[in-house]
Amino acid sequence: MSKTLFDKVWDSHVVRSLEDGPDVLFIDRHLVHEVTSPVAFQGIKQRNATVLFPARTFATADHNTPTINQHLPVEDPLSANQLKALEENANSYGISHWGLGHEKNGIVHVVGPEYGITQPGATIVCGDSHTSTHGAFGAIAFGIGTSEVEMVLATQCIMQPKAKKMRINIKGELSFGVTPKDVALYIISRLTTSGATGYFVEYAGEVFEKMSMEGRMTVCNLSIEMGARGGMIAPDEKTFEYIKGREFTPKGAAWDKAMEYWKTLKTDDDAVFDKEFNFDAADIEPMITYGTNPGMGIGISKNIPNAADISGGASTYQKSLGYMDFHEGEEMIGKPVDYVFIGSCTNGRIEDFRAFASIVKGRKKADHVTAWLVPGSHKVESAIKEEGILQILEDAGFELREPGCSACLAMNDDKVPAGKYAVSTSNRNFEGRQGPGSRTLLASPYSAAAAAVTGKVTDPRDFLKNNN
Amino acid sequence: MAYDKFIVLKSSAVPMPIENVDTDQIIPARFLKATERKGFGDNLFRDWRYNPDNTPKKDFVLNNDTYSGKILVGGKNFGSGSSREHAAWAVYDYGFRCVISSFFADIFRNNCLNVGVLPVQVSAGFLDSIYTEIEKDPNTQIEVNLPEEKVTILSTGESEKFDINGYKKENMLNGFDDIDYLSSMKSEIEQFAATLPF
Repeated sequence: MSKTLFDKVWDSHVVRSLEDGPDVLFIDRHLVHEVTSPVAFQGIKQRNATVLFPARTFATADHNTPTINQHLPVEDPLSANQLKALEENANSYGISHWGLGHEKNGIVHVVGPEYGITQPGATIVCGDSHTSTHGAFGAIAFGIGTSEVEMVLATQCIMQPKAKKMRINIKGELSFGVTPKDVALYIISRLTTSGATGYFVEYAGEVFEKMSMEGRMTVCNLSIEMGARGGMIAPDEKTFEYIKGREFTPKGAAWDKAMEYWKTLKTDDDAVFDKEFNFDAADIEPMITYGTNPGMGIGISKNIPNAADISGGASTYQKSLGYMDFHEGEEMIGKPVDYVFIGSCTNGRIEDFRAFASIVKGRKKADHVTAWLVPGSHKVESAIKEEGILQILEDAGFELREPGCSACLAMNDDKVPAGKYAVSTSNRNFEGRQGPGSRTLLASPYSAAAAAVTGKVTDPRDFLKNNN
Repeated sequence: MAYDKFIVLKSSAVPMPIENVDTDQIIPARFLKATERKGFGDNLFRDWRYNPDNTPKKDFVLNNDTYSGKILVGGKNFGSGSSREHAAWAVYDYGFRCVISSFFADIFRNNCLNVGVLPVQVSAGFLDSIYTEIEKDPNTQIEVNLPEEKVTILSTGESEKFDINGYKKENMLNGFDDIDYLSSMKSEIEQFAATLPF
């Protein structure tokens, strides 16, 4: 029977299928961070269990970590305690631990691919919903809860029913100034924040074929924001080229054998999806969100929709606009911006900083804007320095911080104050996400850079044109 | 972690007719710094429930004595966003054993089932009926019957069946969790692992 990419990877990992119940799914790679793991490790201890395959689990500290002065002790005692717990737990069970200050430290979904932990055809989980990022390599990757983290530690398996299958095809060529982030925000705006709930998504078509690996990661990362369990893209030469030679990828004969298998990882021509969407690249422009969920996005040159024109309840819509202090029909261009954040597992990779730098180069940060530039990992940080990007950023009045999740979820001190507006390259614009009372506008690194320079919502194409 | 068995729950309910309630609202990230599972109920819906000076917001439903009970009735797409199981812990720790909605986000639904909170998905029409009856009488009793997979508004007798897979149902009825099951098949898992390419 014909299979989709998702079928092929899922079915090959089913240890046992329960009648009228979930599948027992074997997990190849387990990523762990400090926030969603301590209670899982505690459970292991209480059950007198052990970690079945410690070499399949990798721990890094990211959610809670400060992004300045990482060489000093962490000031917040609760954060310090969580970081210590992760280190102790990892050490006592023989798990690799890339803690604060470690050269390989960074956001879990940035370092996984950087070191070749992420591979085609693998099942990858982490107690974090943006685990979907790794689907860019043709892996099945998704976020799990802490009970499931404990399951994976103890048995290397979880129990979940197989998701339904969706394919999203985008044909044609992206317009000038349109980035993978815009593609993702466009899809979510079309499907809504719950439009893919219950599905595992495969992205297909020319747009994704031409997209860089980093761009594919951005798109797959945001799959969860339309409710999908995860998103994936069939591996191709670009994928193999990206992972070849990385620390944890197979070498020599093992590589050749893996390649033989990986090349079979694509959806069969006559395979059937439960749902399919077709979009045209020409319809996508740089996107920005105006509300309090990632589905509330529009083309940056458009006006905020009227309640009557959107699906969903009017009272929820009004509550959302009320929180943002925006009104129906207003245009987004020109809205004042107080903070700019570039970083996160969505847009904290080197290409994102290259894009940001291409706009701020030779310009100056607006005086009233506070900008947080947070690389996704030390590897990204090094590349920023080596490529001369740091100099461009500093000349334009920006500072580079140290790696971590930072203002994406504001668990550390990087909090946007109440009532302030932030243009953010992260993934969620929920109420208070970037700090209690903060107001988030999600956008691409280009749009973040344009806002940082002008201090207001700005169409990045205006700057990009002048660059040419 | 073990939890209390869930068989039949009869209770009044707390209405929250807001769509897309995300897990950052259920429990904001700054309250995720604990290394033990306790006290999360205190911060359930923290920023909707309390002002920045920690005084209760009078107009929020959890601060309104008129409404109480072990059932939370939320709008469409309840629990979207982050995978933090802390959201489900907070719901449980506050005293809710059941969330009713017309649609749940996947990870939240799964987390609930793993910690002893029963997510009950009903039709949009039935959800409206619940809201209407609670508006008429805040003490409206709702019966959630897991063995029969049925939810009933007792004052009107209106009821609807809900879905849950047989395995999860058995777990909830007995207070079992998945690790009990998985641990029993360890040698099968080890044999399986030996056949994998990675």
